[in-house]
Parts: sequence; structure tokens; C-alpha cells
Amino acid sequence: MPLSERVRHLREQSVNAPATLSSERALLITEFYEQDDAGTSPAVRRAQAFRYLLEQKHASIGDGELIVGERGPAPKATPTYPEICCHSIEDLQILHSREKVSFSVSEKVCQTFRDRLIPFWKGRTMRELLFKEMTPEWKDAYDAGIFTEFMEQRAPGHTVLDGKIYEKGLLDFKQDIEHSLQALDYLNDARAYEKQQELEAMDICADALIQYAARYATLARGRAEVEEDPNRKQELERIADVCNHVPAHAPRDLWEALQYYWFVHLGVITELNTWDSFNPGHLDQHLYPFYCQGLAEGTLTEETAKELLQCFWIKFNNHPAPPKVGVTAEESGTYTDFAQINLGGLRRDGSDAVNNVTYLLLDVIEEMRLVQPSSSIQLSKRNPDRFPKRAAKILNTGFGQPSIFNADVIVQELVRQGKTVEDARSGGSSGCVEVGAFGKENYNLTGYFNMPKVFEITLHNGRDPRTGKQIGIETGDPRTFETFDDLMAAYKRQLRHFIDIKVRGNNVIERLWALYLPTPFLSLLIDDCIENGTDYHDGGARYNTSYIQGVGLGSLTDTVTAIKYHVFDERTMSVQELLQALRDDFTGHEKTRLLLRERTPKYGNDDDYADDIMRELFEAYFETVDGRKNTKGGTYHINLLPTTCHIYFGSVVQATADGRRAFEPLSEGVSPVQGADRHGPTAVCKSVGKMDHARTGGTLLNQKLTPGLLRGDQGLDKFVQLVRSYFRMDGHHIQFNVIDAATLKAAQDEPEKYRDLIVRVAGYSDYFCDISKALQDEIIARTEHAEF
Amino acid sequence: MTEECPLSTGTIFDIKRFAIHDGPGVRTTVFFKGCPLRCWTCHNPEGQRSDVDLFLRSDLCDLCGDCLSVCQANAIAPNDHTVIIDRDLCDVCGRCADACLTRALEVAGREVTVEQVLEEVERDTIYYDEGGGGVTFSGGDPLYQPRFLVDLLEECKRRDLRTAVDTSGFASRNVLQTVAEWADLFLYDVKMMDNERHRQFTGVSNRRILNNLRWLSENGATVRVRMPLIPGVNDDEANVRATGAFVASLPTLHTMDILPYHRIGADKHERLGRAYRLPETEPPSDARVASAVRILESYELDVTIRGESHALK
Repeated sequence: MPLSERVRHLREQSVNAPATLSSERALLITEFYEQDDAGTSPAVRRAQAFRYLLEQKHASIGDGELIVGERGPAPKATPTYPEICCHSIEDLQILHSREKVSFSVSEKVCQTFRDRLIPFWKGRTMRELLFKEMTPEWKDAYDAGIFTEFMEQRAPGHTVLDGKIYEKGLLDFKQDIEHSLQALDYLNDARAYEKQQELEAMDICADALIQYAARYATLARGRAEVEEDPNRKQELERIADVCNHVPAHAPRDLWEALQYYWFVHLGVITELNTWDSFNPGHLDQHLYPFYCQGLAEGTLTEETAKELLQCFWIKFNNHPAPPKVGVTAEESGTYTDFAQINLGGLRRDGSDAVNNVTYLLLDVIEEMRLVQPSSSIQLSKRNPDRFPKRAAKILNTGFGQPSIFNADVIVQELVRQGKTVEDARSGGSSGCVEVGAFGKENYNLTGYFNMPKVFEITLHNGRDPRTGKQIGIETGDPRTFETFDDLMAAYKRQLRHFIDIKVRGNNVIERLWALYLPTPFLSLLIDDCIENGTDYHDGGARYNTSYIQGVGLGSLTDTVTAIKYHVFDERTMSVQELLQALRDDFTGHEKTRLLLRERTPKYGNDDDYADDIMRELFEAYFETVDGRKNTKGGTYHINLLPTTCHIYFGSVVQATADGRRAFEPLSEGVSPVQGADRHGPTAVCKSVGKMDHARTGGTLLNQKLTPGLLRGDQGLDKFVQLVRSYFRMDGHHIQFNVIDAATLKAAQDEPEKYRDLIVRVAGYSDYFCDISKALQDEIIARTEHAEF
Repeated sequence: MTEECPLSTGTIFDIKRFAIHDGPGVRTTVFFKGCPLRCWTCHNPEGQRSDVDLFLRSDLCDLCGDCLSVCQANAIAPNDHTVIIDRDLCDVCGRCADACLTRALEVAGREVTVEQVLEEVERDTIYYDEGGGGVTFSGGDPLYQPRFLVDLLEECKRRDLRTAVDTSGFASRNVLQTVAEWADLFLYDVKMMDNERHRQFTGVSNRRILNNLRWLSENGATVRVRMPLIPGVNDDEANVRATGAFVASLPTLHTMDILPYHRIGADKHERLGRAYRLPETEPPSDARVASAVRILESYELDVTIRGESHALK
């Protein structure tokens, strides 16, 4: 169906709007913090800051808009969060001028930073505090690229909403708060006063959002009065009604449901710069009753429903991820802010959740072709094949969405982590591939972890060969190792050493956020923060998980496999010879490199020699991380995904024994090394299926297919069979780029002609022309599974 | 398992997984060496001879010279950017391919046991189970190694694997009959109806091929009749009509899959040091394919394009 004139216009406006850096929020938050804070608890002060922002920030309604509200003063005008990270003038210059993911910064904004913001925030930001509190060992490991730190310039978020707002207005939430306040036991609960403060803060936040909506109601009413077009006048009046009703009350129809969510979304991303922004989760399930009711009452048609959804979609696209700098920009170099809308899967009672809104949303995804929001299908054995086939048709158009998740294994993963089976079913995937119990869990990705780098340091007895600095423990000179097991034992000790450093750092960082930057608005939304009277950052949620995301499993496996094969089993070379070749980046050792690349078992070919080593390395990582306690009463788990971090991590690792040259990208997610898989997608899925995905919190498998593979109905059927089979092996997630290498190369040469080319990167989609050259090359290099 | 796996061996040149154009579902295709036909457009020319072949991919050669030192027949010499092979001197011992780390030199063909083939085939059972997939024996022509083929088919039946046999149909009735007892499906090529032209294009008469197809049809075998559509070779109206009339005259099997010509095989001819007989021929236009479909449909046949039902306007 062609887009309506309204949607076409709004979409175009959104796509063409340049990303700019807005100083509005930074100025408002500075004004607020300049005031005296005598006698106010951190929670209440944060709530007052939130209220101040929502009272003061610019509000406007765009031409033709049905869903209203922006984080910044205009689409893609992106705020900063100086209380977390106050950008330096140099940062602003980089943001303005860098080739990819740039934000235009006006001279006036620069001036504001120079004169007002930087002088005020210097020494007061979370970023400075965090780095100050880290140990020298942590800093050495961080500088060496062993791990990254998610919370150094963005707030813990990584969470998703459940269905509660479709049944309750914020006035109902306020009642819940009141009940919790009434129930406080000042005689026996040592934390009663803190809880009271937190609950009062939440209450302020609820009122603040209701008042923010009221500003829009007034604005719409005023606009309606002077509007000459009778249709638009009516729409504006309707917008005023909607904003008067939600978020104070539960929504009465589809329009109100969408507007309510959008106000909540804006609240979360205005309060702090949460990772993965925020996310409505199982949107098809949440909206289905409103859709049916609207059709039954005759207040809605498929067409008008779709237009509302399309207007909602555009809102996400108007909001790039807040500007990132330094290592954070390296690990997540994208405008995408990872709101991943889940479709299908299971209902809370375990039944098939695919409904008519699921298919309607798939239409919207296909017709809108926007990088944001991100979308996924949650595929359960209970879902009909029509559902994944519909998704495959979209993938076949060369659009990197939706990605495909195994709803049944996600339930297993969440239940293993201690969730009830019902909470697990109403959970799903978010961000890239990580799992959580929607509306009830604080699940934080704390940082990427460079597994091949740890192995490289093991090969050098604790020294980083790139800098010559001893940053690990001495686990023995590998030239003295007699068996392969000696080498593995050394690696496992080194791994534990660095994970210990990371977790120690996390345990401090989590407390910094809990103590200095509580998040009362987000706490309002996630069970059981109200019941516990405890902030989201402080363990208030029902479930609290910390993840450390392993990167480069494929590269690590092939590297270790090559050493086992050539040094210990076949004895074609000594450790000494190998280390020399690596040190020389294979210059003068071309034969060695070819031997390592071409005559060595590789992960991704259904070859147990390599795949068994993958499993041992997977288990080592799992054993080292899983089950540790975090500071929120929760537990550590692993997941295996990279966003764009495999490029950064590769840039700090010298040549590796799989034949990879120095500083080239590592493998991403759980995918095989780019080009190492030579037996097609069934072999890849078999190899990857040998790890126990059910004990992770998410794995990422990227596959590239040529367009011909999905041709025709039978092609789609076979695609579905491939995915279903991978999921029978308990695979967690698979995503496809259906595009040929020739097209990608052409896009590299003439980017202006391919501005709209969207590709799957790693857990998200992006405009091909917006990603770095290194990442473009990496995507081209990924094995292209040709038709046979 | 009480029965032993048959001990016979055969020569194959490849096993391809996720073969999705060789029958229903996800399949693994086993390519047999040896074929009685010499079709000009053969897309697997390494399947023609029963003996092993040597591939040379000049674009991968880095002139390292390792192959020169191991070649005992003195069949390899360096050229400007690549080595060249004197095919008359080469006895395809394979030493050069063993030495070649860039994969410029590769041997096509290896002797394998039934068990070895099945071990590879069964790796993808989980995929076959999802949509009625299985194993396809192709080539070359698998009927050219009948004993090995029948042993494989029997063993597949014993292990509940669905089978398909992709054949030219040029075989003795005896062989065909035995294979038909075990195979679940035939993929059967009918290239052209005029016997003289058939001889010229494939090197053999089409009599036996057409008779065998009629026999399969009369005896209730499941067969998909396929027609590669090659511009200038068999896409003329007379041939398409004759083909349609023949297939329509069979008691059963009134379906046809049109396989539009592609040039994937051309490179392989070059890598084997052989001339490709149709260097200029382009794949047929959509209009050309559509016209063949319409003609065949006029004989009340159920026609697909590459196995895919079509929606011609």
C-alpha cells in the first residue's frame, strides 16, 4: 500500500533531518543544578530535575503529526547529559567533523559549552567520578582494549516495558506509590526513610509527565482554534483530548495507547541517556485489544491504524542515540539507539502470540524502511510458518530487518536465570540480542570483553605485545608448555584475572549510579521498584542481571585450534616459530600464514576438531562469569555479541594464529571468522548449534545470503526450514543480509547513489554509507552463501 | 543396527550441503564422477570423466613454485601470472594440489565408501526433517556407477533418508529398474527431441533416454521431468512443442520444470583446460522462458520455472 501523503512527508522530513547537537537539555539541567540543594536527597533532587526539564523544554507539534513529542527541540536535535559526561570543546569538534555518525554543532552551542557548561560541570560528572574510582589494573586493562565500560558516558538502561501502561494510568501508579508509603515500617526497616524519599521522587516524576502531556493538550487546543483546514482542526482537537487523557489515565483506544507509550519513552530518554533508549517490547500483543476494539466499534480501519503506527515509527527515527565519544563511540558507532520492537512469540500463558497486529506491523516495517526502531520476530515452535515467511519476504528486499529470535530458547534462558516461566514468556530480546523479563528486570550490559586479546596476552606470559606492558599475570612462557592443556590452563587463569578486574570495577560503578544518579522515573515503570521503595539502579527491580559480553569467539576458536593442530598435534611448527610469524605480522612468513588459513580446521564448518575447542572456550568464559553476584542482589551472566566492538577490539590485537593480520577486525558474535566457513549455512548453524545457547543471555549469528536464495515460495520455505532447524538446535538468534557483494562494493564506490541501502550490522541495522570503511569491508568479507 | 553398511566404493567429486534446487526441502547433493553424455553446456564438466581431474584457478596462483618441484611428470610450467599445465603430460597424481596452499590447484574426484558418504549426508538430517528434504545423487550421472548408487540408495532407505536421483536417463533398462526400486524421486532431463541434434549436442542418441522415461512413467515412478532451456540449442518452437507432445503422451508425470540456461559451468571448463562450446550464449530472456512455458502448457502440462510455480501475465 502506498504511504499516505502525511506519512510520506513526515518520513522524508525524518530521514533528511541532519543530526544536530542541541544544548537545550544541558542548559536546563545546568540551570537546575545551579540552584541550592540544601536538604534534598539525591532521589528527590533527580525527580525535581526531571520535572524542571519537562516544564521548561520546548514543546511543539509538527505539521501533520498525530503522535506528538520530541526529546529535543526538533527531529534529530540531540541533547547531551552533562551530569554524566560533559563534552569538551575537542569532543564537540570531533562530533561535528568526524566522517561517520557525526552531529553538527553550531558555533553558538560551542560557545555555550565553553562559557557555561564546561566550567560548571568540570569535576562533577559521573564520567570523571567513575574513572577516578577505578584501580590502576582496571585502567591498564581498559587502555589495552581488554574490555570496555558501558556506564562511563551513558546510563544503565537496557530495559523494556511490559503491558502495564495499557491497563493503568500514572494516577494509578501514584496510588501504588501511596500504598507503599503507607506500608513503610519505620520501626523495623532501617531503610524506611530512604524508601520514603525514593517513593516521593517517583511521585514527583509521575506528576511531571502528566503535566508535560497537559502542555501538549494546551498547545494542540490552541493550534486547533486557529487551524483553517477542518480535517487538521479535528485532528488537533483529538490530539488535545488524547494528551489530556494519557498518561494520567489508562488508554481507551489505539491512538491513546501509542501516545501514552511515546510520552513514557520520552520521559525515560529525557531523564537519563539510557542504553538502548527504551522499548515497548511486545507491541503487537499490547496493541491487539485496542485494534480489535477499534475495528468492532468502527472507530478504526486497517488503514487508519496503520497510519497511526507509521507516525509512531517516525518518532523513533527522529531520535538518534545520544552522541558518543572515545571508546564508547568505537564499541557502538551508530545513530541507532536499539529500541527493538518484538513481534510474535508467546503470550504469558504460553500460547501462540502471533495476531493480526503482528502482520500489520510487518507491513509497517516493510513500507517504512527506517533504521529505527529496530524490529525482531520472536519465533516459537507454536507460531505458524506464515509468520517467519512474511519476515523473510522483507529480508529478501535487502532490508536488514527484522532479525529472528528463538522465543522458546529465550524462555529457557530466562527460566534458568531464575525468572518465573510467565515472566520469561512475557520477556524477549532487546538491544542487539540480549534477553530480559520485560517490565520487571534491570539487565545491564556492563562492557564488551576481548577474548582473543586475553589469549594474546597469555601467549606473552601476561605482557601486552602491542605496548610491551605487563598487564596480566604470569601464566608461564608458552614455549615451555608441553601439552595443549597447559596452554588452555594458562588462558583460563588469565581470563579469570581480567574478569575479576572487570567485576571489581562493576561493583563500584553500580554503587556510583545508585548513590549519585538514581532514576526515579524509570523506577516507576519497572516492577517491583514501587513495591520495594527502591530505585532501579539500587536493586529495586524484581530481577537484576549484569552481563559481560564476550567478543571474538570465532577468532579465538580458530586461533586456539590452529595452535593445537599445528603445534601440538601435527607439529608442523613450534610455538617459537609461530610467535615470530605473529610478531612480524606474517611478513616473510607467507607460507605459514597460508598454512594457518587454508590447512587448518575452522569453526563454522561442522568440524568437531574446531567446534570442540569452541565449546571448551565457551565453557571457560561461562564458568568464569556466570553466577557471580552483582551489587543489586542479582547475578552475572554471559552473552556473546559485539555491536561494532569487534572492529575496535581487532584494532588492538596483533596478528593471530588463524592467519588474521594485525589490527584487522575480529569475528562478530558467535559467527565464524569472516570467510572461514566454506560449507554453507547448514554447516555454520550446526557448528554454532554446538554451544549451549540456553545458558547465555543472548548470542548473535550473522549470515549473508544472496538474493537468489530466497527466490520464490519454495526459497522462502527452505529459508524457514533453515531457521527452524537452527532453532531446534536451541540457537538463540540469526540475522540475514540478503544482498550481493557487488552491490555493497558499488555502494562503497558511489555512496551518493546508495544512501538508502540498509544492512544488518551486528544486532542492529544501519545505513551502509553511515558505517566505517572497516566495517563496510568486514560486511563484504562475510561469507556469501551462494546458490548452488 | 544388525546389517552391515555395504562395502562398495565409488568416485565422487563433491558433496554440497544446503542444496536447495535439487528436490524438495533442504538437501545434500552427492556428485558422482562419470557421465555417458558430453553436453556442450555441462555445468559440472569435472563430472564427465570417471577419472580424477585437476582444476587450475589461475586467479589464485601466486607463482610460489611449490607445485613445480613436486610434479614428477614435468607437466607444470610458470607463465606470466600463473602456472600452466600441459594436460597431455599430467597424470593427475594430485601432488601439486597437496602442495598448493592458495587453492589454485585442486583435484576433483576421490574414492569414497558408502559409509563415508552417509556420514557426510547425515550431518544435515535435522534440516531434512524440517521440510521433507534428503539426499540427491547427481553428477556426472549417478547411473554411471550403478552398483555404488544402488548400495547408497539401499542404505539410505535403511536409515530413513529420502532420496532423489538426478540423471540423464542414459542407462540400461536393467540398471534403471534396480535404481527405481529404491529411489524416492527421479530428476530427469529431457534436452531435445530431434535425435540427430541430440547426438550432436550430447554425444549420444536420445532413444534410450525417452524410452526409459516412458518406462518409468508406466511403472509408477515419481519423476520430475526437467528441461534446460538453452538459447539457440533447444529453445526453438519445434523442439519445445515436440517435448511437450512427448511428455503429454506419457501415462503419468504431466509436469515439467524449465531450467533456464546459466553460464556457471563456463569457468569450470576453463579451469579444466577445456574449451567451452557456447561462449557467446546468454541466459534466455524472461520473454523466451515465458513463451516456452506457454507452449508446454498448451499440452496441459503443469509447468514450473526452476521448480517454482509461476505467475505469468
